[in-house]
This record gives sequence, C-alpha cells and structure tokens, in this order.
Amino acid sequence: MKLKSLLVGLGLLAGANAALAEDPLKVGFVYVGPVGDLGWSYEHDLGRLGLEEHFGDKVETTFVENVPEGADAERVITQLAKAGNDLIFTTSFGFMNPTIKVAKRFPNVTFEHATGYKMSKNVGTYVLRTYEGRYVSGVTAGMMTETNTIGYIASFPIPEVIRDINTTYMAAKSVNPDVKIKIVWVNTWYDPGKETDAANALMDQGVDVLIQHTDSPAPLIAAEKRGMRAIGQASDMSKFAPEAHMFSVRDHWAPYYISIADAVMKGTWEPKDYWGGFKEDILTIESINPNLPEDVKKKINETYAAIKSGELKPFTGPIKDNKGNLVVEAGHTLTDVELAQVNWYVEGITDEIPR
Amino acid sequence: MVQILFAAIKTGTPLLFIALGEVICEKSGILNLGQEGMMLMGAVVGFLVSYSTGNIGLGVISAMAMGVLMSLIFAVLVLHIGANQVATGLALTIFGTGLSAFIGADFVGQIIQGFQPVAIPVLSDIPYIGRILFSHDILVYFSFCMTVALIYIVNKTRIGLTLKAVGENPHAANAIGIKVLRVRYLAVMFGGSMAGISGAYMSLVYTPMWVEGMTAGRGWIALALVVFASWRVGRIMLGAYLFGLASIMHLVLQGFGWSISPNLLAMLPYVATVIVMVIIGADHFKEKLLAPRSLGKPFNPRNMA
Repeated sequence: MKLKSLLVGLGLLAGANAALAEDPLKVGFVYVGPVGDLGWSYEHDLGRLGLEEHFGDKVETTFVENVPEGADAERVITQLAKAGNDLIFTTSFGFMNPTIKVAKRFPNVTFEHATGYKMSKNVGTYVLRTYEGRYVSGVTAGMMTETNTIGYIASFPIPEVIRDINTTYMAAKSVNPDVKIKIVWVNTWYDPGKETDAANALMDQGVDVLIQHTDSPAPLIAAEKRGMRAIGQASDMSKFAPEAHMFSVRDHWAPYYISIADAVMKGTWEPKDYWGGFKEDILTIESINPNLPEDVKKKINETYAAIKSGELKPFTGPIKDNKGNLVVEAGHTLTDVELAQVNWYVEGITDEIPR
Repeated sequence: MVQILFAAIKTGTPLLFIALGEVICEKSGILNLGQEGMMLMGAVVGFLVSYSTGNIGLGVISAMAMGVLMSLIFAVLVLHIGANQVATGLALTIFGTGLSAFIGADFVGQIIQGFQPVAIPVLSDIPYIGRILFSHDILVYFSFCMTVALIYIVNKTRIGLTLKAVGENPHAANAIGIKVLRVRYLAVMFGGSMAGISGAYMSLVYTPMWVEGMTAGRGWIALALVVFASWRVGRIMLGAYLFGLASIMHLVLQGFGWSISPNLLAMLPYVATVIVMVIIGADHFKEKLLAPRSLGKPFNPRNMA
C-alpha cells in the first residue's frame, strides 16, 4: 500500500513538473574522453557552453566525461535520463547501441547520437563530414612528404575512420602519384601514451607526415620533437607543435546543439540523420602554419574552397577498392547512407582492414 | 631495428623504475600491490609541480616524495597495525587512482616542456649501441645507475644481507638484533620513491602531459615483472626492456604491413606474463627457492615468545 501511494505521489510530482512551463530544458552530454583532451570532447564541451550562452536560463546542462564505450555507457546514459534530462547528446560512435537501448526505456527523452547510423523514434544522429577535412589533409600531406610516406594513426575500424583513410589516400595521390600510406591501429580514441608510441613507430619507418584519427595532441608533440609534420585533429592544436603543425581541422558543435535544443523546446524535433561539414561551417580549416611553402598554402585554401562550394566531392566514381572491385560507379557520388557503410579500402592501399 | 630497441628502452624505463622499487620491497618480505596508485600520484604531483614552478627537476623530486608519502600510509597500516598486505595494497591503488584524478582534474590537457634527450659524449658515438643506450634523457641514465647500484647493494653489501635476512626469516633476523620493522619501513619507502619517479617519467618524459589513469596498468605489469625476474635485480632490467618491446611491437608490426589483428598483438605483454607465471609456478621447489620466504606474512616483534 505504502509503495503504491508513494508511486502516486511521484506521479503527481512529475505531473506538476511538466505543468511548469517555465522549467529550463535540461540537456545532458556524454563524452568519451576528458573535457581537457583539447580535441574531440573539448570541442563538444565548447558546444555545450555555446548552448548555455545562447539560451541562458532557459537551459540547464550537465555532462559526464571519460565514459568508456561499453556497459558503463549504458549506465551513464540511463542515469542522465533518470535525472530528468529532456535532451541527451551521446558524442561517440561506441555509444550507439547503449543510446538506442536506453532510448527505448525513456520514450519521453530526446536523444542525439554523434557519428552513428542507428536511429529510432526518439534518437536522431548527427555526423561530421570529417572526410572533407581529411581531403585537405591528404592533399597537404601528399605535397609535403619528402619520403613519399604518410602515416595514419587510426582508432577503431568503423566506417567513419575507414572512409577518412580512403579520402586521405585518394587526396594525397591526386597530387603525388608515388605516395604510400602506413596505417597503425591503436584501438583507442584517447591514450596519449599509445598515440605517442604509434607516432614514433610510424616515423621510425620513414613516415614524415602524420595524420591522426585520435583525440590527443600527443602525435603532434611527437612530430615536433623529431622535426616532422602533423595536422591538428578536432580542435586547434597549433600551440602544441609550433613548427610541426600544418593546420587544424576543427569541429564546431554549438550551432547544431542550439538548433536541436530549440526544436525540442518548440516541440518540432523529429529524428533526423544530420550531416554537416565545410559548407555548414560545422567543420573548418584553421591556423594554417605560416611556415608552409606558398604553393602548399595556396593549395590548402583552394581545396578548402572547392569542397565548401560543392565543386569538389571526395567520393565521386569511378572508385575501385583494393581488391579490384568497382565500388563507386563512374559519375556517381556516394550518398550519406552509402558513406555510412564504407567498409573497403581504395585501390592502392596495401593493408587489410582489421576484423 | 636500432629505432625499435631505442623505443623499447624508452617504454621499458618506467617499468624498470617501479619494478626495482617493488623487488626491494618484496625482498624485505612485504608485498605492496599499491604500485599503480603510488605511480599515478607520482605522475600527477610531478606534473603539477613542474607545471607551476617550471622546474622539472623539482617535479621529479616532489614525485618521489609523494611516492614515499603514499608508501608510508601503506607501511603504517601493514607494519604497525598489522593489516592484510594484499587488501591494503589494493586499497592504496584504488585510493591513488581516484585522488590523482581529483587533484589533476584542472591540469588535464596542459602541456609542459618535458626532459630533453641528452646524448652522452663519446659513448653516444658508438655505432648502434650509442643510439640505443646513450642518447636518452637523464632519467633513463638514472635508471641505469640505479640498477647497477642495487645489484651491488643487494648482492655484495651488509645492507643487502640484512634486507634478505629480514625477508627470508624475520624471527631469526630479530633474534640477532636486526630491527625488522625499521628495515621493512625503509624498503617500503624505497619502493614508494621508485614508483613516484616512474610516474614522473610518464608525465614528464614519455608524454609530457597529465591524463587521468595515464599509467595504464604499468604498476601491475611491474608486479608480474618481479616474478618474471625471479626476484633478481639484474633480470628485472632485462625483463623491463622485453616488456617494453612487447608493448610497442604491435604498433611497429602494423607499420610493416603485417595483417595480424592489432588486438592480438596488443595482448603480447600480458601473454608473456602469463607464460612466465606458468613456467615458474610449475616448479614448486624453484618457486620456494626464489621467492623471499616470508613474503606477505606479517611480523610483530611484540608477539614473539
């Protein structure tokens, strides 16, 4: 009996809560790394702060950092939902299944999952066209490498990473037909020690330009120490390597977070598969190092502008995979749905994708 | 190849430091499982002090002091109160992991200028060996000296004999007038200082930044290393570099285009540990001969008849 009355009481409370229209929108964020990674999670947190700044008292945000991709993620997302958050952003690929699972149990909460491909009634996805940044990185790396070997520090063999490796290589090859790419998988998004080891292992094997798909500035620091070149990931990493840093491909989340929070407040939100890149300024090229040769700087800006205007589309056929199959027909450009399913290496990459 | 061995020494150095500390501690009969916690505290304090004062030497010293402080908590609980060594050690690790994350929260992502490599004149010009051994930073050289000094002290001096006596049979040692608890206190504190410097190596040399949990289980590997080396100081050095090599091998091989799963390769150091454990554990006589006899057993002088 007691339990029942308690439940009724709670129900009343919840009703009362909903009735108060002045309540702020509670928004929760789940980060895979520490806010201070100065890369991926750091930029998401800047997005969160941008959201607070835009709406002031109308939103209330919380975040949980350093959440491992796995069982812990489900627990954290559940807690955020239980704590009364109306909108929850889960900001790493590995949070995909936990997000879908928790969303089923909390149908009144809106979820937004970054970089995934599974949606449901109350789960939308948002993806960065990071491959646009990789294209500029590849072109630059192809021009700058003297050993004709560029190194790629890869995290997990998921479509986003494989797609970006392909773009990097295709772009590098477009300016340097002899270029080779060496890929090292570190199986983590954020582990400065391991990222350093990987960077050094690559440089020991003749790599002189590093591109990273991990979140810490450690590879840049390693490149700086050895007089090599590298590119900043997710955030402006120029200060970590004044000489080695060529430019940073930076993420800007605030505009997206503001638009989603706005839609939820107005009740117009519906699950969408959002893709944003250079055109939307959600992804930008920043802090181009003045120490680069003039022709390289010019090429960076030209490539950036060409992708931004839509004149250059990285995944336009004919493209063959490295087993000789035609994966993109001549004249066809991969759609967003197809982009989310890239699981092949382009012709010329001699490695195999780890399974 | 030269580059790989050079990198193996770099990765092996933090393991070497912490395992040297642990082996001395275990030789006195004390098993301290708090290595990981002490190491993390050393890493965070070393970074904090270096960051705020701009003096990395001071950072290393503070890291060692922090390690000693942490080990003293352990020593008081285990030696004075007679708490269970295993449980206390585990508690120390959990405590150190949490506290270091808390202290370092505001410093995540800050960077400092870490130790720069110093090539030793003449020696570093020797082909191959010079590059592999003598073009590191100062802490690596310190670890070389430390190993040599400990081999000498443990095997050739009265101090080493006393230490071993306490670890083998504290009652007999007590009977001939050795202050067992004092020796154990000192051994534990030495272990703490080595764990501290090992942490400092991580946050000041290896990746000059502070990240929560950045030691990534090296404290545990060091415990395995001590068994791997069958409690011999010289072998610890060899083992540390072997483990260092194993832990970077999966990255190196990938670059050469081997199509082995990186996950499998990443397991190598742990597989190596298990194999050594099995080899040592298979021979009971050997196990008894090698391990300090009173390892893990409490000793209370007042309980003596």
